[in-house]
Amino acid sequence: MDMNEIKEIFFQECEEQLAELESGLLKLNDGDRDPETVNAVFRAVHSIKGGAGAFGLDDLVSFAHVFETTLDCVRSNRLEPNQDVLKVMLKSADVLADLTNAARDGGSVDQARSRQLIKELEALANGEPPQTSAAEPAPKAAAPAPAPVATPPLNEEGFQPVAFSFEDFEADETALIEATCYEIVFRPKSELYAKGNDATLLLRDLSRLGEMSIHCDMDGLQPLDRMNPEAAYFSWKISLKTDKGEDAIRSVFEFAEWDCDLDITLADACTVDANEELPMQPVPFDLSLLDEAPAGSAEEEEQLANRDRDAAVSAAETASNVLQMAQSSTRAPAEAQKNATAAASAAAQQAASAATPTIRVDLDRVDRLINLVGELVINQAMLSQSVIENDTNGTSSINMGLEELQQLTREIQDSVMAIRAQPVKPVFQRMSRIVREIADMTGKSVRLVTEGENTEVDKTVIDKLAEPLTHMIRNAVDHGLETPEKRLAAGKSAEGTVRLTAKHRSGRIVIELADDGAGINREKVRQKAIDNDLIAADANLSDEEIDNLIFHAGFSTADKISDISGRGVGMDVVKRSIQALGGRINISSKPGQGSVFTMSLPLTLAVLDGMVVTVANQTLVVPLTAIVETLQPEASAIHSFGASQRLISIRNSFCPLVDVGRILNFRATQANPVEGVALLVESEGGGQRALMVDAIQGQRQVVIKSLEANYTHVPGIAAATILGDGRVALILDVDAIVAASRGQSLKPEMSLAAAG
Amino acid sequence: MTYAAKNLTTGGRELIAFRVGDQEFCVNIMAVREIRGWTPATPMPHAPSYVLGVINLRGAVLPIVDLSARLGMKPAEPTVRHVIIVAQVKRQMVGLLVDAVSDILTVRDEEIQPTPDISSEFEKSFARGVLAIEGRMICLIELEAVFPRQEEREAA
Repeated sequence: MDMNEIKEIFFQECEEQLAELESGLLKLNDGDRDPETVNAVFRAVHSIKGGAGAFGLDDLVSFAHVFETTLDCVRSNRLEPNQDVLKVMLKSADVLADLTNAARDGGSVDQARSRQLIKELEALANGEPPQTSAAEPAPKAAAPAPAPVATPPLNEEGFQPVAFSFEDFEADETALIEATCYEIVFRPKSELYAKGNDATLLLRDLSRLGEMSIHCDMDGLQPLDRMNPEAAYFSWKISLKTDKGEDAIRSVFEFAEWDCDLDITLADACTVDANEELPMQPVPFDLSLLDEAPAGSAEEEEQLANRDRDAAVSAAETASNVLQMAQSSTRAPAEAQKNATAAASAAAQQAASAATPTIRVDLDRVDRLINLVGELVINQAMLSQSVIENDTNGTSSINMGLEELQQLTREIQDSVMAIRAQPVKPVFQRMSRIVREIADMTGKSVRLVTEGENTEVDKTVIDKLAEPLTHMIRNAVDHGLETPEKRLAAGKSAEGTVRLTAKHRSGRIVIELADDGAGINREKVRQKAIDNDLIAADANLSDEEIDNLIFHAGFSTADKISDISGRGVGMDVVKRSIQALGGRINISSKPGQGSVFTMSLPLTLAVLDGMVVTVANQTLVVPLTAIVETLQPEASAIHSFGASQRLISIRNSFCPLVDVGRILNFRATQANPVEGVALLVESEGGGQRALMVDAIQGQRQVVIKSLEANYTHVPGIAAATILGDGRVALILDVDAIVAASRGQSLKPEMSLAAAG
Repeated sequence: MTYAAKNLTTGGRELIAFRVGDQEFCVNIMAVREIRGWTPATPMPHAPSYVLGVINLRGAVLPIVDLSARLGMKPAEPTVRHVIIVAQVKRQMVGLLVDAVSDILTVRDEEIQPTPDISSEFEKSFARGVLAIEGRMICLIELEAVFPRQEEREAA
């Protein structure tokens, strides 16, 4: 494993820590005052700082350090985590995320913003009687030094000269003379060693602080046959005479803090024996500790037996404690349900999720596995088909075996797909930052409520969801919600609510974004559509049709282009990216009560429900989501329209007929519609078309294969799949076909010929 | 294979020679992933005439190009006796339909003669030289010139 891989793991961990940090801060913001939450937040920043330090990411370290210092004030109850404090902290979490991203991708960060936050954090930390932090030079350098000279105003570069003071040096010298003595008890836990720390190295670092005498306490030592090779048995009593403060001592143990017991007390008299060799002395091994040791008096043996018994008792106690903990943790969800309090169930869920061990896997490996399973499914289908075709009248054992194989394959496919499934939580969490930023920019007060964060979807869907969601959230806050004054005037609370919900519904994930704002201003939308020549001035449109106008390209209801929206990326882009995911988006809006955007998306992009059809002797797959209904056209329903157009009448409305075989250039003339089947499809523009195919073979779930990987994009074709007989079938791009039927040609973009 | 055996000791680059119609061509062996028999391909809409369609190569969709048609000769009528050379061109895989694979050659760079001056621009664009071996003439072709990269196609 090279350095880059280790670094990559660090950044992955950072992402988790940042998520942990943000969710912890949000919990605190909601009034949670559990010390464990504060600790979790502190730990997250601390780990990022630790890792960043190891990789020499100085910007990240210095910011994390200031953040950590302020959090430490909260942890030690010196700072009340009220709304104002948390606002600064949430912003700091954002900056920390930015710094992490910048460290990973080499981007730049808003320096002014992080400087500003460092100041605010320090101000918070100094709000209480400041603690001496002699061992931490970084914040001291950054903090405004208590210089006797009046601080000159910042000049344009933001550079602030700091008066140099020699007092510190003098102070150090006097401190050197007045060294203090500390008694330190350092009791490592086995975790310390498990994480690769070494007590010897810590003791050696400690010895650099001053004169030190050290005594190893071996009382915890077990008889050899009872020793757990991974446990920690020794502890050390250290007398340290040093001119550095207690903080310097603590900083030695900084990375071991969670994995050891550390008591630091001021000693009255120093017991440092200068003659003693530091830091470690060979410890004579006490053979009497061995059970079979022949030597040793009866007294000793009795002692030994007692010790064994004690150990056994304590081991049993620990075991029963562990058991109790395990029981209580399994019982917790049940009790929580009984109590049905949201907080309890959240805590229980967290406990449950914390207990599930996980591994990090490279996405490529999972993809490879999914590909292989796709192959397996196809091979299995091929095998079944050839058995049926050979019609050996299937000895029942072959049929049974095949059936079992089929079931197993399906199960494997499901479980492999489940590997890629992930809760939508990370995307939802990212949204809370977006809401914060937009609320700040617009001066609105917004609360983001999320539900169903644990709903699972395929990773690729999650990745592609972030962009349209971000855009919609921005819109909801910027356009949807009114200003606090207007809200109050309308009899609503000043604080607007944006609700983001995810749930499973019939094999798809439904994501809903609701705001309690003013709703869509239909008059304005209508006027704008008329101005843009989208609709006729006298067009008679239903409310839904007007609402749907906002999905048109170049449509923005914002009066002026603001910082947040109106940069030419409109709802049309949102709609297109949702459709690219195989999803649909709907909008419903009530004036004065807000709007709801509902997105329905497939759970995975790897498989697709399709209608397998025949066109000009070719097998094609039409995505099921596009098909509204299928019908067998009758001669009386077909009407010619102009030279080449034909319409089919369906329940008294006329729908254009599109011959798929003709439009894909598979045949030169239009097929007779009466001999085929019509698939009524709905396309992007909302218009309906009847796609003519020769026959329907059936409905099937197909594994999507990329055409672009080895070939090129083909207009009218979305992707390919592999059928049971091993042949490639093309998946139709319904929107492109419909667009082509409107007159936009499916022009061959293939220009291989251009080279020839 | 006699020629290949003779040259093994002297080193040099290895080429795969194949027959298209009555002519012989060769490509760098490093580009060739596998050689397989002909299977019916699924035709692609709006494809150039020399793209026969796509086939399933262990789960990947592989386009099949009729090399004869691509090189401006008579289009092939694929039979079970035809062979598909699966080759890697940049990051894409492509199947070349040829009549038969004839040889694996090991040649030194100096044995490759420059493309004769009489060739038209079209032939020159993909021919990288010719080899004279045992009275045969084998044309070394550059796959990347025959199949421009995706980005270039899109730019074109």
